[in-house]
Amino acid sequence: MADVTLGIVVFPGSNCDHDTEYAVASFPGVKPLMLWHNDHDLKGSDAIILPGGFSYGDYLRCGSIARFSPLMREVVEFARKGRPVLGICNGFQVLVESGLLEGALIRNTGKKFICRQSNIKVVNNKTIFTDAYSQDEVLSIPVAHGEGNYYASAETIESLESNGQVVFRYTDADGGETVEANFNGSLGNIAGITNRQGNVLGLMPHPERASERLLGSEDGRRLFESLFRHVTGS
Amino acid sequence: MAYKAKIKVTLRPSILDVQGKAAQHALSNLGYSSVESVRIGKYMEVTIEESSASDAERVCTEICQKLLSNPIMEDFTFELEPVN
Repeated sequence: MADVTLGIVVFPGSNCDHDTEYAVASFPGVKPLMLWHNDHDLKGSDAIILPGGFSYGDYLRCGSIARFSPLMREVVEFARKGRPVLGICNGFQVLVESGLLEGALIRNTGKKFICRQSNIKVVNNKTIFTDAYSQDEVLSIPVAHGEGNYYASAETIESLESNGQVVFRYTDADGGETVEANFNGSLGNIAGITNRQGNVLGLMPHPERASERLLGSEDGRRLFESLFRHVTGS
Repeated sequence: MAYKAKIKVTLRPSILDVQGKAAQHALSNLGYSSVESVRIGKYMEVTIEESSASDAERVCTEICQKLLSNPIMEDFTFELEPVN
């Protein structure tokens, strides 16, 4: 694989930035680069990851203040050019607040912060982030969030569904899209979506925490693998 | 001229307010069976230095739309009063 420079944006309060760095550094030829939110330069990154955490203490609304970081202006421009941007957990919240993805993430219906292993199904494997998976494959990937309940207007949900922008759904271990498996109350069991062009993905589960067997699952690895293959054109 | 804006941000009616629901259940456990619903929102006080009330109102509307509320899930209202 040719060299890939992967920019990981660090906000005050990010806490999955180093986990993400560790996970992606295990891929040959991938060079993670930590980018401070106050910088104005993506330093030649080929792809950008907004990691999980509690940027700005989740003040006001999750992701609402991070969105106005100087570096986010560059990230929005990068995304608008069609370059790949991945938001994980708090990163997903930043992406919806910044308008790069549609909808909103509100309080889990059960009110609790949920930290556990979850099953998600790959409902679209034709994206640059999921083409190393099989269609409808069920993955075991952890979640850790208090505000992961995906909400959007009925029209938005309909357009996401009809354009294949829904990429991951919460399911049971057999891929059943049940109410019980939808532990945070998301509309349509939605766990991850892309933008219309497919170059921006946001998801609540943490693929970097499922990146080697020692962690209990390596189902998250192929998400990064898909992305790196796309970036290098291999 | 300084104006104080008293801003209220509430979840849109179509969105289930889990905090409000929990508070309502607690009130019902306390014996307040007449409390039919509780919705919990945010209250903010913002001081704005502008030359006229209409300018302050414009600024306040903008900041509510851009940052203080998320129009996808929240509504906002505000009252402005001059501060001497």
